Amino acid sequence: MSRLKILALLPLAVALSGCNYIVLAPAGDIAAQQRDLVVISTVLMLLIVVPVMALTVLFAWRYRQTNTTARYEPDWDHSTKLELVIWSAPLLIIVCLGALTWMGTHLLDPYRTLGRINAERAVDQSKSPLEVDVVALDWKWLFIYPDYGIATVNELAAPVNRPINFRITASSVMNSFYIPALAGQIYAMPGMETKLHAVVNHSGTYKGFSANYSGAGFSGMHFAFHALDDKGFDGWIAGAKSAGGSLGRAEYLQLEKPSQNEPVRRYGTIDSDLYRLILNMCVETGKMCQSEMMAIDAKGGLGHEGLNNTLPLAYDKYARRGTTLGPEPTFVAGTCTPEAPQGQTTAAIKAPLDTAPLLGAGLKRPTFAPLKSSSFFLGQRPKSDS
Amino acid sequence: MSPDLLKLIFGRLTIESLPLHEPIVVGTFAVVATGGLVMFAGLTYFRVWGYLWREWFTSVDHKRIGIMYMILGIVMLLRGFADALMMRLQQALAFGGSEGYLNAHHYDQVFTAHGVIMIFFVAMPLVTGLMNFVVPLQIGARDVSFPFLNNFSFWMTVGGAVLVMASLFIGEFARTGWLAYPPLSNIGYSPDVGVDYYIWGLQVAGVGTTLSGINLICTIVKLRAPGMTMMRMPVFTWTSLCTNVLIVASFPVLTVVLALLSLDRYVGTNFFTNDFGGSPMMYVNLIWIWGHPEVYILVLPAFGIFSEVTSTFSGKRLFGYTSMVYATVVITILSYLVWLHHFFTMGSGASVNSFFGITTMIISIPTGAKMFNWLFTMYRGRIRFELPMMWTIAFMLTFVLGGMTGVLLAVPPADFVLHNSLFLIAHFHNVIIGGVVFGAFAGIGYWFPKAFGFKLDPFWGKLSFWFWVTGFYLAFMPLYVLGLMGVTRRLRVFDDPGLQIWFIVAGIGAFLVFLGILSMLMQFAVSFLKREQLKDVTGDPWDARTLEWATSSPPPAYNFAFTPVVHDNDAWWDMKKRGYVRPLLGFKPIHMPSNTSTGIILAGFATAMGFGLIWYIWWLAAASFIALLAVGIGHTFNYQRDFDIPADEVIRTEDARTKLLAGAK
Amino acid sequence: MTIAVNPTQSGEPIFYLADEHPHPEGWSTSLGFWIYLMSDCLIFAILFATFGVLGGNYSAGPAPKDLFDLSLVAVNTSMLLLSSITYGFAMLTMAQNRIGATQMWLAITGLFGLAFIGIELTEFAHMIHEGATPQRSAFLSAFFTLVGTHGLHVSCGLIWLVTLMVQVWKFGLIEANRRRLMCLSMFWHFLDVVWIGVFTFVYLLGVLR
Repeated sequence: MSRLKILALLPLAVALSGCNYIVLAPAGDIAAQQRDLVVISTVLMLLIVVPVMALTVLFAWRYRQTNTTARYEPDWDHSTKLELVIWSAPLLIIVCLGALTWMGTHLLDPYRTLGRINAERAVDQSKSPLEVDVVALDWKWLFIYPDYGIATVNELAAPVNRPINFRITASSVMNSFYIPALAGQIYAMPGMETKLHAVVNHSGTYKGFSANYSGAGFSGMHFAFHALDDKGFDGWIAGAKSAGGSLGRAEYLQLEKPSQNEPVRRYGTIDSDLYRLILNMCVETGKMCQSEMMAIDAKGGLGHEGLNNTLPLAYDKYARRGTTLGPEPTFVAGTCTPEAPQGQTTAAIKAPLDTAPLLGAGLKRPTFAPLKSSSFFLGQRPKSDS
Repeated sequence: MSPDLLKLIFGRLTIESLPLHEPIVVGTFAVVATGGLVMFAGLTYFRVWGYLWREWFTSVDHKRIGIMYMILGIVMLLRGFADALMMRLQQALAFGGSEGYLNAHHYDQVFTAHGVIMIFFVAMPLVTGLMNFVVPLQIGARDVSFPFLNNFSFWMTVGGAVLVMASLFIGEFARTGWLAYPPLSNIGYSPDVGVDYYIWGLQVAGVGTTLSGINLICTIVKLRAPGMTMMRMPVFTWTSLCTNVLIVASFPVLTVVLALLSLDRYVGTNFFTNDFGGSPMMYVNLIWIWGHPEVYILVLPAFGIFSEVTSTFSGKRLFGYTSMVYATVVITILSYLVWLHHFFTMGSGASVNSFFGITTMIISIPTGAKMFNWLFTMYRGRIRFELPMMWTIAFMLTFVLGGMTGVLLAVPPADFVLHNSLFLIAHFHNVIIGGVVFGAFAGIGYWFPKAFGFKLDPFWGKLSFWFWVTGFYLAFMPLYVLGLMGVTRRLRVFDDPGLQIWFIVAGIGAFLVFLGILSMLMQFAVSFLKREQLKDVTGDPWDARTLEWATSSPPPAYNFAFTPVVHDNDAWWDMKKRGYVRPLLGFKPIHMPSNTSTGIILAGFATAMGFGLIWYIWWLAAASFIALLAVGIGHTFNYQRDFDIPADEVIRTEDARTKLLAGAK
Repeated sequence: MTIAVNPTQSGEPIFYLADEHPHPEGWSTSLGFWIYLMSDCLIFAILFATFGVLGGNYSAGPAPKDLFDLSLVAVNTSMLLLSSITYGFAMLTMAQNRIGATQMWLAITGLFGLAFIGIELTEFAHMIHEGATPQRSAFLSAFFTLVGTHGLHVSCGLIWLVTLMVQVWKFGLIEANRRRLMCLSMFWHFLDVVWIGVFTFVYLLGVLR
C-alpha cells in the first residue's frame, strides 16, 4: 500500500514544477490569504493524518499472522488512557482549526470591505474602489462599470492594487462567479445580489468562469480577467468607450437570450439603471420590480385588488410556456414606473483600519445588521430596508 | 388517428422521444436488449421463471431480499460506471478545439445519471442489502419486523431504478446535476421529461427506502435475542440502527422537496421559481438537509463492517466498543447540523458559515476516534490478510486522506477557492469509494460464505482489489491536482492543453477500476464453479465472533432452530469459548411469514404511475393509482399471512447440518 | 420480556431458548407505526418551514387577512376536534367489545371527517374562484400545499376508516382488527395535532400578521 501511494504521488511531484497551480499561487491578496488557510489547515491535519497512516501500516505489518513473535492479547479491548488520547488528539487539532476558521471566515468574508492591498500595504481610504456589477447570463458574463458608464461581455479588466467591489446577480439560473487568481467564488443568483471585495496585485491576464453548472452552454461560460496598471486600465476604458454600441433595456433583452461561446463585446454607453432593473427582474416594461414587490409585501400585500394585477406572460427566454396542469403563465404588473430610488442593499461590513494579518488578536467582533429570519439561511440579504 | 386522440393515449410520448438519432444510445440499447433477450430466453429455456417468482421475487425472507438488493446494486454499478467511463473519455478528448465525442445534451445527462445512479441505486442498495441480510442474523432474529413491507420496499427501489434506466431509451434523463437545483430544474429551463424521470425515479425508490428504514429500526429495537442489551449489540447492528434512524429522519425531507418541485413543474406553483416570491435557495437548503445525512446513511454501515472485519481478522475483541458506539451516535446527531457547508458560497454571512464549518469539523473528532479504535484493534492482534481485511486496510489509508480534504473544504475561505472544483470531486469520491464502496466489498467478501455456503475465490478477488485500489488513486489524485489548478466540475470542453495529461491519467485510472469490476464479476463466476472446493461446512469460516456465524451457511429459512441467548457482545465467540454444544433434540415447529406477490405488484403499479406522470399519460397514472389503492386495500383483507414450518422439517434440516459438521471434523 | 438468562443451578450458562421466541404477531406494530408517524411529522415540519419562509411573499397579491374566513375555519376545526373525540368513544366501546357501538362511533367520526374535508374544499374553491390560486404567489403555493397535504391525509384516513369498518363488520373485533383500529386512532389524533398547528400558525397568526 505505502509503495503504491508513493507511486501515485510520483508524477504529482514531477508535475508540480511545470503546471499552473493558480489556487496555490494566485495574483490577488484575498486569494493569497485563502491559499494560506488551505496550506495551514492541511499542515495542521497532517499532524494527525500522517501518524495514523504510519501506524496503520506499522500495525498491519507487525501484527500479521505469520509474525508469531509479536504479542497477542485477544481480550485486550479497553484502555482509559488510550481512549483519552484518541479523543483528545483530534479534539485539539479541531480546536485550533476551529479558531482559525472562525477568524478566517470573518476576515475573508466576501461581503467585507478590504482593509489592505497586500501584506505590506493598507488600503488608501481616500481613493474610491472600482465598482463592477456582474450579471451571469445564459451563457456569458456581463460586466457593468457604473462609474465609467461602460459595459463588456466576457471581458473584465481592473487596475492593479485598487480594491474592486463586485455586486453580482444572474438573469435566470444560478451560476458562480470565480476568478481563481483574484479571490474565492460566490454564487450569482437571479433576483438576489451577492458581493465580493477583492484586489489584484500582479498584472497579467487570468481566467474567470462560472463554477456552478448552469445548462448546455456552461463549458463556454468563461472570460478573461485583465489586471492592468493604471495607465493600461485607463486605456482599456477609453477603448471600451470608443467601441460605440449602447446597452439599454432593449439591447439587454436581446443579449439575455441564451447563446453559447460568446465573443468579447463592449458597450460605450449604458442605461445607468440597468443593473438595478436586472437585479429586480423588471427589465421588461410593465413588470413589477422585486424591490417594489417586497416593499408592498412588507406592508401586507395589495389585498384583493392584487389578484387582478397580473398580465399574461408574452416573453419567455425559450418559448412561451406554462406547466401542463397549471394556467397560462403570467407576471405581476408594476403599479408605478420603476423610478423609486435604489434601496440600500446591505449594511456594509467594514474592515478595521488595522492591517494586521490573520491573527485576529484584539479584533472586535464584526457588527451585523440583523437579518430577517426568513432570509437567514437563504443567502439573500435583505435587498431593501424600506 | 387524430393528434388529440394520440395525445390522450400517449401524452407527450411520441416516436421522436426515442433517441434513434443518437448512435451511442442506440448501440447501448442494442447491447442491453440482446443481453436481456438472451437472459430471458435462457431463463425460459431452463424453466426457472416459476422458481424465481416463488422463491425469490415474492420472498419475504430477509436473506433473499438482502441478496436481491446486492444484485440490484451490482447491476446498477455497471450502468453508473459506464457513465463514469464516458465522462472520463470525453474529458480526456475534448482539448484544443475538439468537442470530444459527446454533445452537451448527452454529456449533461451522463454526469447527472452517474451521480443519481451511484448514490441511489448502487450505494443505497448495497448498504441496505447488507443490513437486510446481516442484521436479523446478528441479533438472533427469525426475520425482520415487517417481512412483507421488506419485500415491498425492495421492489419500490427496483421500480425507481427501472424508471431511471427507462430514461436511457425512452426520452432522456435530467440535465441538471444530481441534485437538480432550480431554477435550472424548473419547467422554464428544463421543459422535457428528464427532470420528471429524476423526480419520479427518486420518489418511488424513496418510499421503499423510508419503509425499509422503519422496518429495520423496529427489527433492531424489538427483535433482539434475549440477553442482547443495547450495549451488547454488535457494532454493525449499532451503525445500522443509526443509519436507519437517519433514513427515517431525512428521506421525508427529500420526499417533500421533490414533491414541491413537481408541483412547480406540473401545476405552476411558485416554491422555487424566481418570480412571484419563490425562493430557489429554499430548495438548496432543503435538499441538503436530506443530502448531508444521506452521506452518513451510506458510510455508517461501512464503518460497522470495518469494525466487524477488523475484530474478526485480528482475532481480537474490538478495542473501545463503548467509545465506538458513542462516536456513531454523535456522528448521527451532528450530521443534521452541517448541511450548509455544501453552499458556503451562497453568501450566508461569516457567522453562519463559520458555525456550519466548525460543526463539520467536529464530526471529524468521533470519526478520528473510530479510526484509532480500528488501529488499536489491530494492535496486539493476529492479523489474517484475507480479502475483507485487505479492503479494510485500504480503507483506513484512503479514508484519512478523504477525511482530511473534507475538513479542509469545511473551512469556508478554503471552500471559496475549492468549491465545485475537481478537488471537491476528488474529495467525495475519496470518501465514498474509499469508505462506502471498499466497505461494501469488504462486507461482500466477509458475508458471502454465509449467504451462499462457499467462500469467494481469493485470486480474482486480490486481482480486483489491486485494480480497484491503483485505479482509484490514478483516477482521483489527478483530480485533486486539477482542482488546485482551478478546474471546475461538469465542464465538457477545455481550452488549456496543459491540463490534458491529467485527464488522461485519470482516464487510465478509471479503466483500471473497470478491470477491477470485471475481475470481481470473474471472481463470482470462478467461485461459483469452484464452489465445492471453496465450500464452508462449518458455518463459521473466518473463526468469527458474532451470532450470524452460529448458524449454518447458508442459514436455513428460520435462521436459528432455537433462539440464542446472549451473554457478551461477541456472542458467538463467547459461546465457542465457553463450550456451547449445538442442540440436537427438542425441535419445535417454527412460525414464519408466508411469501406474497403483493409487494411486486404494488411496486409495479407505482412504477407505471410514475411513467404515466412523466409522460403526461393521465389515464395510465390514474388507472395505476386506483389499482395501487385497490391492491393495497385488498391485501389488508388477507389475515392469513404466516405459516408454521413443521417440526419434522426443522429436524430434517438440522440433521443434515449435523451430518455436514461431522463430516468436516 | 422476562426470560431467565442467568446460569442454571448447575452453573452452566444457557445459550439458547428451548421454547419458541416469545414475540407474538404485531409485536413491533405500534413501534413501527409510531416511527412512521414521526416521519410523517417531518413531512409536515418541512411544509411548515416552507410556509414560514415563503408565507410572507404575497407577490403584491392578497395576504392572509384578505383571504381567510376565521369563523369558517373555526367550524372546520371543531369538526376535526369532534371527530377525534368520537374516535376516542369508538376505542372505548371497542375495549368493551361492543361491535355495534364501535361501528356507530366510527361512522360518526367518518361523517365529521367528511364535513371537515367538505368545508376545506369549499374554502379552497372559494379562494380559487376569487383568483387566489396556488399559482398567484409563493405564500398561496405554500398555503395550499400545507393545508392540502393535511386534507389529503384526512382523506386517506377516511378511506382507511371505511376499510376498517368493513373489516370489523366481516371479521369482528379480532386481535388484528383491534391493532389496526389502534393504529388508525393514532393517525387520526396525529392529524388533529397537526391541524392545531395549521390553525395556529397559518390561520390565526396569518390574520394577525
